[in-house]
Amino acid sequence: MKTLKFGEISRVEGEGSVTLHKNGDQLESVELRIFEPPRFFEAFLQGRDFSEVPDITARICGICPIAYQVSCSLAIERAFGMEVSPEIESLRRLIYCGEWIKSHALHIHLLHLPDFFGFADGIEMSRVYPEEILRGLRIKKAGNRLMEAVGGRAVHPINLRVGGFASAPEPRVLQELVPTLDAALEDAIAAVHWVARIEFPHFEPETPYVAMVHESEYPIHQGKLASSEGTVWTDEEFESSIAEIQVPHSNSLHYRLDGKSYQVGPLARFNLNRERLTPIAHQLASKVFEHGPIRNPFKSVLVRAIETVFALEESLKLIANYVPPELSLIVANPRAAVGRGCSEAPRGICFHSYELAADGSVVRANIVPPTSQNLACIEDDLKSWASEFLDSDELQFECERMVRNFDPCISCATHFLRIREGNEV
Amino acid sequence: MNAQPYRPTLAVWKLASCDGCQLTLLDCEDDLLEIAGAVTIAHFPEATSNKQPGPYDISLVEGSVANPATAALVQQIRSESKVVVAIGACATSGGVQALRNFADVEAYKSSVYPYPEWIEATPDCLPVSSFVKVDYELRGCPISAKQLLEFLRAVLSGEKPRFPTYSVCTECKLRGVTCLAVSRGESCMGPITQAGCGALCPGFNRGCYGCFGPCEEANVEAYKKLAGAHDAVRRLKMIVTNFETPKGATQ
Repeated sequence: MKTLKFGEISRVEGEGSVTLHKNGDQLESVELRIFEPPRFFEAFLQGRDFSEVPDITARICGICPIAYQVSCSLAIERAFGMEVSPEIESLRRLIYCGEWIKSHALHIHLLHLPDFFGFADGIEMSRVYPEEILRGLRIKKAGNRLMEAVGGRAVHPINLRVGGFASAPEPRVLQELVPTLDAALEDAIAAVHWVARIEFPHFEPETPYVAMVHESEYPIHQGKLASSEGTVWTDEEFESSIAEIQVPHSNSLHYRLDGKSYQVGPLARFNLNRERLTPIAHQLASKVFEHGPIRNPFKSVLVRAIETVFALEESLKLIANYVPPELSLIVANPRAAVGRGCSEAPRGICFHSYELAADGSVVRANIVPPTSQNLACIEDDLKSWASEFLDSDELQFECERMVRNFDPCISCATHFLRIREGNEV
Repeated sequence: MNAQPYRPTLAVWKLASCDGCQLTLLDCEDDLLEIAGAVTIAHFPEATSNKQPGPYDISLVEGSVANPATAALVQQIRSESKVVVAIGACATSGGVQALRNFADVEAYKSSVYPYPEWIEATPDCLPVSSFVKVDYELRGCPISAKQLLEFLRAVLSGEKPRFPTYSVCTECKLRGVTCLAVSRGESCMGPITQAGCGALCPGFNRGCYGCFGPCEEANVEAYKKLAGAHDAVRRLKMIVTNFETPKGATQ
């Protein structure tokens, strides 16, 4: 048995590496090693007041703080029986669009595209493709501006609370964003056409896809959970269907759904909700993709580009229809209860569950981030893909680019090792 | 800046953190390519596959020391870097994950991981300065992009970077934001928190929760008396946990 240990994977959020175990010329197993230190969020959430949870859980991830703030707020509001107004829901969806735009633009242009064009990074790539990279940075900036307008800042926004927003933006503030978002939409459409010209490697693994689904909109902040195999779960059923597994090479838990690995994220969302994309995004999807599910993880870059167009169209629509909520923040009446909430982070479903005490403090928190759910699937795909390159000088690069297809956020994944009772797994 | 014949080498490191402060550097869209032109990015795994060995002129360090590997890494960073800059609340105070430093260890002992022997974590989560000499600290959770750019511009042109040492209250007054504590009796950490955010939270109608850590001569006892409420006192240990021990945790 021979073990190949590669160094830290670059252009991902957080720290991980790939290890291959070879037996002769056969690849025995693959480990995505996650060595970033765990941060024990669920342990120190115990005893905190419910109102502090959005501010604390945001710090799990600097790239998708809205996902954590929205999922935990939904969970806590359900536990307390609070109903926020449609205006508050729209505002949440709006800032969430900003997070998708920013996160997708970052991953596409600075982290992922260099793999397809043979560059070490986006900055190096900008010397050969200045217009294309600058275009990507403009899209990213539009997402940031949207997050700042609604949330106060782009990293760890401060305006989102359990029950709504500390203050609702003036319509004028959102109106001022329209020219920037319009321009970003044009840029994003051009980016789809450009990314579609890439010759993608052929790779079509079979895996169940899991995403939220909603009858009338592309899912972000509301809907049921569903799989490509036809299963539909309520939040409660979902929590009892997933199993957490600790593996020795990872500071992040792995997950299995009914015993199987599964994939969350852009491909899962797209495959389950393609028909509910906004008009331009839908039209672009029909142009660049055949009918039927997209299984090639390399093509996730194109799906992200299409989702960016969607998020820009959606934000413009939400701003056009914006009516400030009469009450930006509704009052919570704490009670002892359990609540669950889920939303679609840029990387896939971000599931939260809280048990709360009558005084509003957290008794138990369970947070299931998208990247942890994808780890088992990434290892499956790595194994099939790396087998093709065992004798190649490009083996390490090919492993790394497979991991980058999933836009993993290892910082998210390692924030969740919980202190468990006994030997329960 | 571009006229300099020598481009200083910049390294960006990550310890236990959320990536948000490194992301703030990538979020300087308009200035990103300019910065990239003024320095040689020698080590920045989140952004580039190019890795050059040290020594480095400037090392930006995000995150706190949380396990033996990160403790070893800060020593390496120090030995390979002329200037070490701790960026953000984690690197300068331990950050939100330093909440584990105050956990009831006895209660934790009774509960375990399925396989705790696989996990390496030090009992405390500590700022970079607890281990090595830090030349500059940029506060904030996250850091402010404006402060980061001003800092890089100053360092690259050989000037001494300056940071505010006054409190968020001053920023509120400068912006003309009505005091939430006085007008509504809301608990606000503004009086004891270092400026840098531009009075962000009060401007959005909520009390400050201390992302930028304690300002110089922060009167924490007075804050406790004023704030009174249990929640307000608990907030002293939330995102930044060293309000009551600023010296011990920062230098």
